[in-house]
Amino acid sequence: MSLSTIMTNYFLRHVQVMLFSLGQLWRQPVASLMTVTVIGIALALPAGLFVLQQNMTTVSEQWDDSNQITLFLKTTISQVEGKQLSLDLKKWPNIAQVQFQSAAQSLSEFRQLSGLGDLLDSLPNNPLPAVIIIYPAEDIVSPDAIGSLLARLEAMPQVEQAQLDMEWLQRLRSINETIHRGISILAILLSLSVLLIIGNTIRLAILSRQSEIKVMKLVGATDRFVRRPFLYTGFWYGLVGGIVAWITLMLTLSVISSPIDELIGHYGSNFDLQWFSLTMLTTLPSIGVVLGAAGAWLAVSRHIHMIEPN
Amino acid sequence: MIQFTDVYKRYPNRYEALSGLSFHLNKGEMAFLTGHSGAGKSTLLKLIALIERCSHGQVLVNKQNLTHLPKRKIPYYRRQIGLVFQDHNLLHDRTVFDNVALPLVIAGENHREIGRRVRASLDKVGLLGKERNLPIALSGGEQQRVGIARAVVNRPAILLADEPTGNLDPDLSRDIMQLFEQFNQVGTTVFIATHDHDLIHTLPYRQIQLHQGRLAKREVE
Repeated sequence: MSLSTIMTNYFLRHVQVMLFSLGQLWRQPVASLMTVTVIGIALALPAGLFVLQQNMTTVSEQWDDSNQITLFLKTTISQVEGKQLSLDLKKWPNIAQVQFQSAAQSLSEFRQLSGLGDLLDSLPNNPLPAVIIIYPAEDIVSPDAIGSLLARLEAMPQVEQAQLDMEWLQRLRSINETIHRGISILAILLSLSVLLIIGNTIRLAILSRQSEIKVMKLVGATDRFVRRPFLYTGFWYGLVGGIVAWITLMLTLSVISSPIDELIGHYGSNFDLQWFSLTMLTTLPSIGVVLGAAGAWLAVSRHIHMIEPN
Repeated sequence: MIQFTDVYKRYPNRYEALSGLSFHLNKGEMAFLTGHSGAGKSTLLKLIALIERCSHGQVLVNKQNLTHLPKRKIPYYRRQIGLVFQDHNLLHDRTVFDNVALPLVIAGENHREIGRRVRASLDKVGLLGKERNLPIALSGGEQQRVGIARAVVNRPAILLADEPTGNLDPDLSRDIMQLFEQFNQVGTTVFIATHDHDLIHTLPYRQIQLHQGRLAKREVE
């Protein structure tokens, strides 16, 4: 027999065993479906959270360049003085751009955004201060550099309050990071449970085929030969479980995407939830296959060699 | 072909199944292993099939010393032996064809060769028309024939049978014995454990009789 014939035979045998294990799953549709669904859900949950978190990261990155400081001037400062101050500030080396907004402009902006025009009209005078929006120079990005700029601005006598618009973004990032880690831990735990589910299912399959395994060993089957169909069973569970996870994920995200878009729309962003993911279609089944094969390996390595003819 | 030299088999509960057993079976010989239940017949066959290992002594089969055969080589060793069981040990969720094909599939034979040899084997036991049936659809005698077809499909040098006619009526038993004789006539060493005295007394083969784990007597005809 030439090497290529041996290779072809080997390959054919694997394909045969692969189809054989698939056939066995097919012949117990209810049990297989339940296992696959559990695996699918366990994989879809962290994947779904991951997709949402990825979108959150994208959003916060979009806002990265909106790294700006708002100076609320004291109400005693006149419009001319305010304008002058903004021109002075523009000369600072660590400030790239300034934008002066008078108290009257603040009022009209607020009226427009809040829709509380009537209420404002009833006030005796304008409660809003003049504002200078400051865009720091491009090299001022580290929290330290921005912090010291902020402190200098806040110390100026004309300034009532200097507020870094980044703060909420940083908070968002911290939340994002917390969520990210939470999802990672959840993903690890659920992957472990997929591993154990498959391991346990394969273990039961091995035990239910105990007499068959004994017969096979009696007619000369190696442990490797007996192991193979169970490993492929794990492979199929993982693969189909991964596909089920993808379908579950896509259905869920498509259902929640429009309310999320609407929600974010309220914050004045034209954000579109990127929920459809072909990457996930390759990632989820791949993860499933790895977990399935590993879980099956756990089961077969513990049980196959213990089943000996007697 | 099969040589036992001063073989002992003790089980962990100190029960001694075989004590100082020595005998020799020639290549191409056909012999019966007889004795009461508990005389050690099954233990002896298990030692040859390496389902058990002896506690003391030496077992040589087909020039291989089984005492020193490592565990990983056992599957390859077993492929030289055809085993027939009283309860057939067929796989009930597979067709007759697939059952008989099992040793060839395990040995990694190619598809065409498997088909050819399975059909040849089924032809010899007279079940060529039943290859698509499940074992459950066959009678006891037919199931035993499937078991024999599986045992001989990879042309083993030795055929071992443990009470192959234990569940069959006299007529069927005679048919099965004739099958074994046919395989012996083409050179296979055949060793059959049985307590079916009525049947074997009509046949001209050596009997190795066990009594409480020892050789009781030898009858050579």
